[in-house]
Amino acid sequence: MEHELDARRLLCPMPVIRTQDKIKTLAPGDVLTVTATDPGALSDIPAWCRINGHSVDRSWEDGTEVHIRIRVGDG
Amino acid sequence: MQNDPRKALALISGGLDSMLAARVVLEQGVHVEGINFFTGFCVEGHTHAIRRGRDSARPRRNNALWVAEQLGIRLHIVDVVEPYKDVVLNPRHGYGANLNPCLDCKIFMLGEAVEWIEAHDFDFIVTGEVMGQRPKSQRKQSMPLVARESSAGDRLLRPLCARNLPQTLPEREGWVRREALHGFSGRSRKPQMRLAARFGITDYAQPAGGCCFLTDANYTKKLEDLWAHRDGRRYELDDIMLLKVGRHLRPRPHFKMIVAREEGEVQFLEGYCKQFTHLRTVSHGGPLALVEGDTDEDDLALAAAITARFSQGRNAHTVEVSVHRGDRSRNLRVRPMQADKIRPDWYL
Ligand code: SF4
Repeated sequence: MEHELDARRLLCPMPVIRTQDKIKTLAPGDVLTVTATDPGALSDIPAWCRINGHSVDRSWEDGTEVHIRIRVGDG
Repeated sequence: MQNDPRKALALISGGLDSMLAARVVLEQGVHVEGINFFTGFCVEGHTHAIRRGRDSARPRRNNALWVAEQLGIRLHIVDVVEPYKDVVLNPRHGYGANLNPCLDCKIFMLGEAVEWIEAHDFDFIVTGEVMGQRPKSQRKQSMPLVARESSAGDRLLRPLCARNLPQTLPEREGWVRREALHGFSGRSRKPQMRLAARFGITDYAQPAGGCCFLTDANYTKKLEDLWAHRDGRRYELDDIMLLKVGRHLRPRPHFKMIVAREEGEVQFLEGYCKQFTHLRTVSHGGPLALVEGDTDEDDLALAAAITARFSQGRNAHTVEVSVHRGDRSRNLRVRPMQADKIRPDWYL
């Protein structure tokens, strides 16, 4: 299942916390795309994914926003 | 058949001590996961994110996440902004040098950790505390007090100074060997540096005065000003975030201004424009300024002159400034305030 999370206007680590809390409600294999405005999310969210067993399919910048597409792991 | 390893939850601040403490316990074959608390006052991240902006060449990282990755452990980041308010506003053990309620803060965080290990079936808690390192919260007498009041009791292991303290549950049960723990004390950082070298840890966040803005005298002054000018001591997350950004001036008791100092701060303050009356310079390049408080026409003219002062038109005869309030906006032409007319006591 595809899901989205709006973490705009939040400063790190809030986008990470929101991502973590959202992923708790998802199933392995689900995909979550997070949108944030703090560019730090581009390094923090993938780092959080690496240590918690989720993978980042793709991350990209688009103007003032950053997007991270995460595939939920077995956790 | 081998038993499952015992499980420990390590409080990870992002600094060296908690990293070493977790590492010492990992070395003993214990399963370790990390926990990090977001209080809203953390120095981590924000200001760096704001001020360095998106074009900065310096890599930015969240130190707690980075430490967890180096250690190869999971990290749970917990938002404690709401419950932490009571710690800041009503510390039972008082404040440190500034508005830092360190003792209550530690008791609170450990209390949260206790709830976490009970909910997740973990066996004990690990912290990087070193006896006598910090003036108040790591005094010898404080150590048992923190363990007791957080209800962690003997489930709290402090691997860096455990040898100076009575045996704890994980030592008694043989989950960790006391001989492999340490007896650091005092303010010297040398033992930690040596241990880091032994583990091959060369890159770590420099130990600073404290882990949060509440130890910062300038920040504390702004927080006290905030409390003095509203109906009592209270705050929301937005308030304490805004105190980290921009120049803060209070030209009149009933209003204050937050003036962006550079592009990153402008971008950050943009996010608050809907909530605040705000000013921008039109005829010249200049900052964005937010105004907090009830302002009349004279106040706004003063705010405009101050905003113009911080613009590229500071030496111009007049500067055009737009004033936005809700959906309405209008332009004012003002004389930039002279530097010596901005009273030093306006700066917070
Ligand atoms: S410096 Fe801040 S975060 Fe650290 S113990 Fe003191 S109050 Fe808590």
